[in-house]
Amino acid sequence: MTTTLDAVADVTASEESLRRFLYGLPGVDQVGAEARAATLATRSIKTTAKAYAIDLAISMIDLTTLEGADTPGKVRALAAKALRPDPTDPTCPPVAALCVYPDLVATARAALGGAPLHVASVATAFPSGRASLDLKLHDVADAVSAGADEVDMVIDRGAFLSGRLQQVHDDIVAVKQACASSGGQGAHLKVILETGELQTYDNVRRACWLAMLAGADFVKTSTGKVQPAATLPVTLVMLEAVRDFRAATGRQVGVKAAGGIRTAKDAVRYLVVVNEVAGDDWLDAAWFRFGASGLLNDLLMQRQRMSTGAYSGPDHVTLD
Amino acid sequence: MGKTFEYAPAPESRNVVDLASSYGLFVGGRFVDPADGTSFKTVNPATEEVLAEVAEAGQADVDAAVAAARRAYDEVWGPMPGRERAKYLFRTARIVQERSRELAVAESLDNGKPIRESRDVDLPLVAAWFFHYAGWADKLEQAGYGPDPQPVGVAGQVIPWNFPLMMLAWKIAPALACGNTVVLKPAETTPLTALLFAEICQQADLPAGVVNILTGAGETGRRLVTHPDIDKVAFTGSTDVGRQIARSLAGTDKRVTLELGGKAANIVFDDAPVDQAVEGIVDGIFFNQGHVCCAGSRLLVQENVHDEVLERLKARMATLRVGDPLDKNTDVGAINSAAQLARIRELSAVGDAEGAERWSAPCALPDHGFWFAPTVFTGVTQAHRIAREEIFGPVLSVLTFRTPAEAVAKANNTPYGLSAGVWTEKGSLILWTAERLRAGVVWANTFNKFDPASPFGGYKESGYGREGGRHGLAGYLR
Repeated sequence: MTTTLDAVADVTASEESLRRFLYGLPGVDQVGAEARAATLATRSIKTTAKAYAIDLAISMIDLTTLEGADTPGKVRALAAKALRPDPTDPTCPPVAALCVYPDLVATARAALGGAPLHVASVATAFPSGRASLDLKLHDVADAVSAGADEVDMVIDRGAFLSGRLQQVHDDIVAVKQACASSGGQGAHLKVILETGELQTYDNVRRACWLAMLAGADFVKTSTGKVQPAATLPVTLVMLEAVRDFRAATGRQVGVKAAGGIRTAKDAVRYLVVVNEVAGDDWLDAAWFRFGASGLLNDLLMQRQRMSTGAYSGPDHVTLD
Repeated sequence: MGKTFEYAPAPESRNVVDLASSYGLFVGGRFVDPADGTSFKTVNPATEEVLAEVAEAGQADVDAAVAAARRAYDEVWGPMPGRERAKYLFRTARIVQERSRELAVAESLDNGKPIRESRDVDLPLVAAWFFHYAGWADKLEQAGYGPDPQPVGVAGQVIPWNFPLMMLAWKIAPALACGNTVVLKPAETTPLTALLFAEICQQADLPAGVVNILTGAGETGRRLVTHPDIDKVAFTGSTDVGRQIARSLAGTDKRVTLELGGKAANIVFDDAPVDQAVEGIVDGIFFNQGHVCCAGSRLLVQENVHDEVLERLKARMATLRVGDPLDKNTDVGAINSAAQLARIRELSAVGDAEGAERWSAPCALPDHGFWFAPTVFTGVTQAHRIAREEIFGPVLSVLTFRTPAEAVAKANNTPYGLSAGVWTEKGSLILWTAERLRAGVVWANTFNKFDPASPFGGYKESGYGREGGRHGLAGYLR
């Protein structure tokens, strides 16, 4: 079970050492992990705690549009929403980032003006990742040079499932380098595991460690294009991984739960899991994100209800 | 870095339960005053507030209750076809479900257990037990106890305070399904849900005398189990009292089942799924404040992973929320009584004196009521009293082992044998270990899971007889 800093240092030396390490990680008992998530989901978050959680959740959203039909107009509308989620209430915090395809990064950046919001771009042949490494790196360079300061890459699930762990690792390392070299500061790298395709919690834990060893700044559940996307137990397993990785190496990695989180109630459950599994060091937009679009409006409706005492209804939050 | 996420109080409403200021005895289908008029108070262990005054049954009351049960057995319940008895049991199960919120609150008030457990564990199991045995009532010929099994007669049942309503269900559901009638005595510190159950019997139109509830202390229990017109005694509680009962019934033709104490080993091998194992250790010993006869009170952890498991366990224990049992976010509630708290403190002091290292979760305890912080003792050996005696509280003793054979030897080296846990990702090791453990229940990669279809009971000084499932019928059939 034991992981030490020394052990981690040699892990990535070869395919064989990677395999030995990842398959030496403690297993995840499916029943137990799901039971723990279900118990945490019964936490009753009320009044001041709920108000805190709702604002925190809003501030952690990567407001996302990833459709073939995306246009500059759509992205500008979303940017306005990201900056002022509730135009009637200036105390409502902005979201963390706007998340778009690479060709709309420049539009997003311009629409956000000088605001300190991040622009995240999916890259690396999102969502399937089925392209050559050259193309993927070009995709990343495109996004970063257009102004993305966060890159959401997908891992090659085919390579992972067929046992080519070194390839998955090296791809992530290469993308990380592309993030750093393509422009100024170096974009923050989120690594999408697509847990719905990895299927087992053991695979999720291994993929998390693989991504973290390769330099991921964040591990992210899903593209949102595969079902199931984020689930509470998958996120719990990933939070255990980042907690253990920090304990072993001293480096903190963030977690992004993406896809399928639509209600404020769900979002609060995720924050409870963050709080009780990883700890309050992760209760910050720098370390935990929601990848979502519809979630924001439900959070806003709950927020309005808490301030006015009545449900406003969907016509009192903006459609974008 | 992030800020602290403080959970605001989320109390379940205590107004959902309407407690009377005083309760009589439930005999022959109605509440009656005790013959000699004595009573005692039941308190909320979380606040020491008096909840209600409860009658104390004397000899005349025991005689009356047994006579009512005998009459109901002879005239109504014994002769009734199983399919008709089943209807009453199904109805009872449904009423329990309908009133489950109220019953859960009453249980947490009287017992001190967190509402999350009474709501999500106790009450669903109570209903499940009645549903399960309702299903058996018209199928007894197929149960494997002969072509025409008959009820035993009148059962005297004495139950403990740790799962008051659940233990009632474990006792009453199979007895009634088989055609017996019962006189049941709940524990003196937790009589309230049994009295609410008496109301449910009335609500279900259960024939008078089929269920009788006598409140009182040990003396009432002694009078009940030794009553000459009782055919069957079922007891759950301490091994000491179990021994006294066995002694007092020796030479009589009364049937007896005893479910007594335990000192269960929870064995964690070095290839265990560590995060879930830590959860299982926590569930094993801190569930219901450790007031669980099958609690995993002895952690046997493979020596090569001891430090890592303990580090993770302590980190997890630090997140346990100890406090108001009615708060929906409470994980660990109040110790059931001052007497039990004194016992836990005494044995913990013995652990200190014997040189074990004590660590308690850093948590603020309320000023009033009976509280004990979740505690773990490391450096414990087989020779320590805290490794041998049942503490019946939130206190875990940690021992180590080197090989599977040593784990089994240490696990079995106890006068008890109620339950055990095995944690490993290796299926063959689970089977190898479970085969060798002398315990009535062996959980693999989980702990403290109950199901009405699964038999439950002990080896050695943990008692005899099985409750639950088809096996649980045996004690109530002849």
